[in-house]
Amino acid sequence: MTQPIIETRGLEMRFALPTHFLSREKPVLHALNGVDVAIQPGETFCVVGESGCGKTTLGRAIMGLLTPSAGEILFRGQRIDTMDEKRRKPIRAEMQMVFQNPYASLNPRRNVFDTLAEPIRHLLPDTPAAEVREQVESVLAATGCDPSWQRRLPHEFSGGQRQRIAIARALVTNPAFVVADEPISALDVSIQAQILNLLTDLQADRGLTYLFITHDLSVVEHFGTRVAVMYLGRVMELAQVETIFAQPKHPYTRLLLEAIPKLDGGSFDKPRTPGELPDPVNPPPGCPFAPRCSLADARCHAERPELRGLENGTQVACHHSA
Amino acid sequence: MAMLEVQDLHVAFPRGKRDEVEALRGVNLQLEKGERLGVVGESGAGKSMLAFAILNLIAAPGRVSQGRVMFHGQDLLKLSDRKIRGIRGNRISMIFQDPMVTLNPVLTIGTQMIETLKAHRRISDRDARKLCIERLKQVAIPSAESRMDAYPHELSGGLRQRVVIAIALLTDPELIIADEPTTALDVTIQAEIMSLILKLCRENDVALILITHDLGVVAEVTERIMIMYAGLCVEEGPTKQIITAPRHPYTSGLLKALPQNAGRGQRLYQIPGSMPPITALPRGCAYHPRCEFADNGCRTRIPPLQGGVACFNPLKGASS
Repeated sequence: MTQPIIETRGLEMRFALPTHFLSREKPVLHALNGVDVAIQPGETFCVVGESGCGKTTLGRAIMGLLTPSAGEILFRGQRIDTMDEKRRKPIRAEMQMVFQNPYASLNPRRNVFDTLAEPIRHLLPDTPAAEVREQVESVLAATGCDPSWQRRLPHEFSGGQRQRIAIARALVTNPAFVVADEPISALDVSIQAQILNLLTDLQADRGLTYLFITHDLSVVEHFGTRVAVMYLGRVMELAQVETIFAQPKHPYTRLLLEAIPKLDGGSFDKPRTPGELPDPVNPPPGCPFAPRCSLADARCHAERPELRGLENGTQVACHHSA
Repeated sequence: MAMLEVQDLHVAFPRGKRDEVEALRGVNLQLEKGERLGVVGESGAGKSMLAFAILNLIAAPGRVSQGRVMFHGQDLLKLSDRKIRGIRGNRISMIFQDPMVTLNPVLTIGTQMIETLKAHRRISDRDARKLCIERLKQVAIPSAESRMDAYPHELSGGLRQRVVIAIALLTDPELIIADEPTTALDVTIQAEIMSLILKLCRENDVALILITHDLGVVAEVTERIMIMYAGLCVEEGPTKQIITAPRHPYTSGLLKALPQNAGRGQRLYQIPGSMPPITALPRGCAYHPRCEFADNGCRTRIPPLQGGVACFNPLKGASS
């Protein structure tokens, strides 16, 4: 295997919650509990899971927007989470992010040109002004934005157009790695296809590596190379996309797959039992999924399964999968 | 006679001092008892507006400028405030998108449920409480008795939406209007809530108008679909037929654009452009600037809804 472009080793993220002034307890929310992923150059690595599973936290930690409580983050074999800001800056130009909501991620008082020039000016300050302009124009063309948009403000654009601008901003420093956090879920159905196609084209043209965070498995099936299914801050299953759809190994993955509404209908006919994420402040001692799992036995409630490899190449954290 | 019949409904909002723009431009709809209808469209297509207009809930400065909403032969738009309150939340219930906004955060679940019941029925506190617990059990809320004293913030999103459904069912309505009831929820919770709504509608013979942008959900839950675009219904028909053989180019485009309808790694079909805002509608068919089959007729005249589709050049559909 080639050297991964991004690797996390035992990544943990804990958030201290506000304490009651009379209480001695210091509640801590475990958002990530030892996440190990290695993202290979050129792939689309998808992270799926319900809200609260830690998928966004993982993306933000890798980007350096959050400082991990424990563990390591490596970019091309180089540890970046402890790196000082001066040395990290050029690496930040190599890693960029597209956020979920283009109505919130663009500065409403900054025109498109300034929005796009900012990452270059900040991360690569030696770039001459003429080159900045050139780069902005070329990335606008590549993302299907009209050159005339440069002097306009975000409120003049529709959601799809804004997301194109946000993607252009992520690409203006010519990054190798892009974190896309639910980039299409705030958009209308007919626009989602446009943005997904754009991301596919850009990946082909620029050899991008994506970390694609989503809750929508049908998008993963279409778009992803590998997928990590997360639950309560842990990776439950990690597999090639084809494999996970053909042979889902973890009961939680199967639950997610069964929840996708089908155009043929019929899969909602049977009522489902309510289930929800356990409290991330006091996670269950054994397998975090055990309270919702139909296969759970005494061992699952007592002993946490570690991620282990199966014959078909899938990694799964479940006592019952083979 | 149909249970609910919406005839040529127009909703208008003022623009400037004299002018008006129409958010709904003449929508017709019929619903029989126990029938489940999906209303599908992008944001701004007018689907929520339709739900609000049916219950005469359009807030000023908007107004219903034309049309009738006949419910058992009675025009809901002409009823007095007092009379329509006897129907709203009683014979027609609504479920909204975000349960945290629907529920009152400073009242317990029980208080809110009993209040709803007492607004429409003469019932003792004890009987009301009993009925509420029964409904909470019906929507599969664990330990229903103790949840009566819980506040909305103590419940998860999925449980909150179950409470909202339980409230909607309290008065044994004939029709439930659900406006994106699962958009704020996770896929697994969505599957739970939608299968619950489906089961309850079937068991109690309740009609449903499900407003959503998700064709998958509509395909799972409804019997008929209405596709809306820029304030008009562009296609209508049985769910199976529309999903397998759409006739309007817009419906067909929406279906082709779904990732599950494209091969792995293939480019998705994409509808160019975006829906025009109601303030800047093109002449003729509102979809023609995005349509690959548009001709001169489409650019000058609005196609009427004929045989379930509002298009001058419809696709062949199932019969071919």
